[in-house]
Amino acid sequence: MANKYVTEEARKQIGKVGEARTIEIDRWAIRRFADAIGDSNPLFNDEKEARKTRFGGMIAPPTFGRALSAGPPDIKLDMPAFRGLDGGSDWEYFQPIRPGDRITVQTRIADLRESEGRLGPMVFITTETTYTNQFGEVCAIQRSTGIRY
Amino acid sequence: MARKQIYFEDIEVGAEVPPLEKDPTTQQLVKYAGASGDFYQIHYDKDFALKNNLPGVILHGALKNAFLGQLMTDFAGELGWLRKLSVQYRGMDQPGSKVVCKGRVVKKYVDGANHMVDCEIWLENAKGEKTTPGSATVILPVRGA
Repeated sequence: MANKYVTEEARKQIGKVGEARTIEIDRWAIRRFADAIGDSNPLFNDEKEARKTRFGGMIAPPTFGRALSAGPPDIKLDMPAFRGLDGGSDWEYFQPIRPGDRITVQTRIADLRESEGRLGPMVFITTETTYTNQFGEVCAIQRSTGIRY
Repeated sequence: MARKQIYFEDIEVGAEVPPLEKDPTTQQLVKYAGASGDFYQIHYDKDFALKNNLPGVILHGALKNAFLGQLMTDFAGELGWLRKLSVQYRGMDQPGSKVVCKGRVVKKYVDGANHMVDCEIWLENAKGEKTTPGSATVILPVRGA
């Protein structure tokens, strides 16, 4: 069955990359994020305590990348009015993000799919965001699925 | 740090991850909006939410993702490392009602030098419905290493 919105032409956008953004990580931003999610883990809040750990200092909580989002690549779909939903995220973690790091965030379109839902066609946009530190080490990769219907 | 550390040897398949209870308020949603930069009005503007056929303001999916992240970093402890975290937003949750993050060990194995534990995880509402299922993998320390 032919897709209504995710046409062969639209699928050519898979692989498209958004603008990279480099953000210097502020200790206060990590603390503010930890406070907002209600996580009192000293690793995310208390430099003095965190220095006694194997990390040697504070690190960011796992989903802190949410506070660093780069502009996603522009996705062109011939879809008039739509509603959006956040479908979920898959994270992989390789290195901690620390205060003072310069993290480069970049998002690419990983997949575009369409299926027929109860409310008509639903479009699934999978993006992959990479968080890379100033040493070129990938700290985290986040795959997220946005739903338009 | 005074937090208890769990080791790979302590883990049995089927074991429960110590649950994490959260009691999100509208204030927390505003704080999360500010800290994350997600200012979609359905998370703090009740009139806007009602106009969008929602029962009221709802939790950011990403906030529930953060709660489940805490479930697993608490579980892994300072010597552990959260390697993977997946969540799917299946149902809405509203502030003013408690949610509980839970998990269960489904697999333990050695991958190269790493001692890995896979868990199924979820966030459930006061009715016991799993609104946010997911999975996680942690690397745990071994005793005497």
